[in-house]
Amino acid sequence: MRPHATTDRSPTARALLLALVLSALASLGVLVAPAGTAHAAATACVADPTTGCVTGTLRTAGGQPAVGVEITVDGPGGSTTATSGADGRWSAAATEAGEYSVTVDESTLPEGETLRDPANNPRTVTVTLGTSAGALFPFGQPTGGGAAAPTPAPGDDSADAGQGAEPGVDTAPVDSAGGAGGVTWGRVAQQALAGLVFGSLLALASIGLSLIFGTTGLSNFAHGEQVTLGGILAYVGVQTLGLPLLVAGALAVLLAGVSGWLQDKFLWHPLRRRRVGMTQQLIVTIGLAIALQYTYQFFFGASSLRITTANPESIRFGPVFITQQSLTSVIIAAVVLAGVAYFLVATRTGRATRAVSDNPALAAASGISVERIIRLVWTFGAALAGLGGVLMGLYLNATSWNMGGTLLLLMFAAVTLGGLGTAFGALVGSLVIGLVVEMSNLVIPSDMRYAGALVILILILLFRPQGILGRAERIG
Amino acid sequence: MSADRTAAEAPVAAHAGASTPTTHGATALGGPTRAQELQARFAAVDPVPGVPKPDPIVVADNVTRHFGGMTAVDVGHLEVERGAITALIGPNGAGKTTLFNLLTGFDKPSTGTWTFEGRSLSGTPAAKVARTGMVRTFQLTKALSRMTVIENMRLGAAAQPGENLGAALIPGLWRSREREITAQAEELLARFKLDTKRDDFAGSLSGGQRKLLEMARALMSEPTMVMLDEPMAGVNPALTQSLLGHIQALRDEGTTVLFVEHDMHMVRHISDWVVVMAEGRIVAEGPPRSVMSDQAVIDAYLGAHHDTDLGDDSLLTDDVTPLEGKP
Amino acid sequence: MDWTRILTNVAGEIIAPTTAAYALAAIGLNVHFGLTGLLNFGQAGFMLLGAYGFAISTIAGYPIWVALLIAIACAVIFALILGIPTLKLRGDYLAIVTIAAAEIVRIVGRSTAMTGLTGASSGLRGNSYKESFQALSPFPDGTTDVGPLSYSNNASNSWWIRIVGWALVALACLLVWRLMNSPWGRVLKGIREDEDAVRSLGKNVYAYKMQSLVLGGVIGAVAGIVYVLPRAVQPDSMGRPMTFFVWTILLLGGAATVFGPVLGSMIFWAALMLIKTVMRSAVPPDIMRTEQIEQFGWIVVGVTLMLLVIFRPQGMLGDKKELAINVR
Repeated sequence: MRPHATTDRSPTARALLLALVLSALASLGVLVAPAGTAHAAATACVADPTTGCVTGTLRTAGGQPAVGVEITVDGPGGSTTATSGADGRWSAAATEAGEYSVTVDESTLPEGETLRDPANNPRTVTVTLGTSAGALFPFGQPTGGGAAAPTPAPGDDSADAGQGAEPGVDTAPVDSAGGAGGVTWGRVAQQALAGLVFGSLLALASIGLSLIFGTTGLSNFAHGEQVTLGGILAYVGVQTLGLPLLVAGALAVLLAGVSGWLQDKFLWHPLRRRRVGMTQQLIVTIGLAIALQYTYQFFFGASSLRITTANPESIRFGPVFITQQSLTSVIIAAVVLAGVAYFLVATRTGRATRAVSDNPALAAASGISVERIIRLVWTFGAALAGLGGVLMGLYLNATSWNMGGTLLLLMFAAVTLGGLGTAFGALVGSLVIGLVVEMSNLVIPSDMRYAGALVILILILLFRPQGILGRAERIG
Repeated sequence: MSADRTAAEAPVAAHAGASTPTTHGATALGGPTRAQELQARFAAVDPVPGVPKPDPIVVADNVTRHFGGMTAVDVGHLEVERGAITALIGPNGAGKTTLFNLLTGFDKPSTGTWTFEGRSLSGTPAAKVARTGMVRTFQLTKALSRMTVIENMRLGAAAQPGENLGAALIPGLWRSREREITAQAEELLARFKLDTKRDDFAGSLSGGQRKLLEMARALMSEPTMVMLDEPMAGVNPALTQSLLGHIQALRDEGTTVLFVEHDMHMVRHISDWVVVMAEGRIVAEGPPRSVMSDQAVIDAYLGAHHDTDLGDDSLLTDDVTPLEGKP
Repeated sequence: MDWTRILTNVAGEIIAPTTAAYALAAIGLNVHFGLTGLLNFGQAGFMLLGAYGFAISTIAGYPIWVALLIAIACAVIFALILGIPTLKLRGDYLAIVTIAAAEIVRIVGRSTAMTGLTGASSGLRGNSYKESFQALSPFPDGTTDVGPLSYSNNASNSWWIRIVGWALVALACLLVWRLMNSPWGRVLKGIREDEDAVRSLGKNVYAYKMQSLVLGGVIGAVAGIVYVLPRAVQPDSMGRPMTFFVWTILLLGGAATVFGPVLGSMIFWAALMLIKTVMRSAVPPDIMRTEQIEQFGWIVVGVTLMLLVIFRPQGMLGDKKELAINVR
């Protein structure tokens, strides 16, 4: 290894950061081309204080958009008919809140297509002014009472809006509305792919969490909000400022990194200096999480936000589908994760980071500037979480005030499984959790799949609290 | 045992409140002191590691503790004499505290069995060990800082029905026992000269006072055997005398004492028997004077410089004068 | 600015059944954390289980006392399941496990697979389980005005639930006071300080922690029942945010004190109401919409929690010397 004269941020690390950002941008470039084809934008319903929307996307059993299907929405505000566009999307506006009945006119379905759940047509949807309610009509072989993913609904006023957007609900090619339907190899492969995609995005989000725990001992319950920040900044960039996705994404990541830097400089560093106990700091992260979640909600409302309104094309690899967007996201994630791995293993600063994460006192005694490393970890960790948030927001086709909050426990599960305090552990754990969450769709109702990951979390803490890659003496 | 107790009671009563330890000389009554008795008894015991004792209270066999590739403790056989003060000495890392933790249930051995008062205690959890009458103190004092001194003491008592959730709701069931406990606590506090600190938070006590508190608290349950982990660590010389006095008083009342210590001076002056550990094994056992000059012991402690008697006062840099002959 | 209306609202909040429910939940959490040092971040899970247990049993036709016992039994079982693995874990890990466990309860409860039992995400309608409780009331049906406050006597958000709720709070306070000043409480205080020291004194630490977990959990389950009686059982509204608000309330009032949770709850809800009502009158809707005022209130809660725990962890009634956040 080249010796470095400075103890400052090593030139290698800076160069690496630049390389990461550039490669991320380059990959995102692939997305620039189809972006902005907002067909549905002109006629789409937009929710505001006086209007509620009922929306959905229709796809054929083969994953292609179902065009020209007629939907009737009937309720207190009257009756409206909507037709699905070239991207399969449809939306209907309602100016009065209440229960609406949504019916698909089966005679207008494309040739050879049938509803998978004919008993569930019409569906009842609750409309609230200022929000969009979704109605799902999956296509395929008719089966009895499918346990399809619940329609994302706005939450109660005491806040928790349930699980927010479900992955796969609107990006049907990586469809994970599960439960019903047999377990075929095709489905297994599809779910496994979904698991890997989800897992790699989760890994981006979790590395920061793991390293923050390793270097400072803090369980950061506000880390989910760092993820949300990325998604929301990307949304602002694309939808409010009209920037290309590429630019908005990069900006979001950069700003997220800055937020991490600011947090450590103005909050965590002073608290460490005051020698505030770990439990107190943990409760501070909880307060911060609450404050941030509601700040997001304050500025952006309670409904889901779509970063891009474009409809990604899906690609077929043998028995599995994946959208171009998801594929790109995975590639970006893989590149970035590889970059992080390289950084941690091959650069001086990276090794110092691992040293501090492993044993801060010993690292300090070896001359490593622990506080600098911690600042670095917060900045990078937040940037990675932000990137995770951008990509997750694209993958889930929605971001919202609590996107990160709902992912928080999955992140803890991933990090604990892999080994708290190790970045590689976060990676391994995230992939496993991603697979568990998506594959469990095959056996348990899809709205319970996060529970599967949580059960694993509890079991790990029971039997092997140091996780897969952690060392036994870390605990207790 | 009771005959011993009455014979020992007189000297203890005479010394109650005083902090000088009883000497190895004759008592006011003219009969042999407990220390002298033990000395006589131990004269017949061969000073060899693992030697059986005339009246053992603890018998340990084949106790080992491995950590990964390293062996912390490997004791083939150890017997601790009832009613005596046994010192456990050895260089840092010899495994003394680990052995302590194993015997008292704070750690699980890799192999081994041991008995206390004839009953097997291997695999018994720490709280249960304490209830059978073997209590311990800790190297880093665990005075419960945010509780008052008297509350610390009351916690040490056994058999308080109010410690049961149901009974706690009905004061009548535990008030009288609480009064007994409080009286006992106050007596012990007076004996340890902490009575004026009764209502202060334990956290406000000095380090030495906290050590005394921990020892006093350990005595609340009237244990049969007290295991002290470096009772003298971090304590100033004057307080050390006081502590030594209390330890000897315990022995004179019939309680067995096993303590880990580094201070050879103190060890030599009050222990009846010394066990030396090095690298997890017992390398020597015997009465204090002979053990100090044992070659194996000197090697373990001093390495190359092995032509001196470890107990030789001239080795020491502190100015504490020997206690023999002083009232 | 209609001060009469504002003050009436605030006064109403102080005696509201929700305030009583949160006070009870905080008292339960106080047994866990204030007394024993257990970091239980799943109190909402106990509350939800209590609510489900009570409501489902009542809907199934059981009389109210049986329903109450079933709810308590659910809490006990949950505490035992939680306790077995977690009482051996260090503080942070206990926090994560309890959050995860409470979340599992909520996820399973709201799952469409449980629609028959729990009504899935729509939950259980209030009218399906309120009858037996309302029937117990000695008051005639109708409305009563006490000063500016007017509620129905028996139905839903009634005087009856207020009386019962606050009576339960008083009972819980008495219980906690009695236990805190007993030898049992003393052992718990010792455990909060240093488990090994307490073990060396012959106490079975694990059993005590389990008892604390069960007791606090049962109080939480009763809190859950009081919470849902005036409304409906909605799993999504009894999730993590609820647990965090209970923590805020406990720390605000002062952990390890008898009245801290009660005071904390009253101040929490009264202050929130005050802030929201004042802002609704003072801030024009084009600057801040109604829902934004609501959200602003919660932001204040989050920031308050942070400031509280950094600058005044003992809360209003706590003793700084006695409480420092030391965790088992």
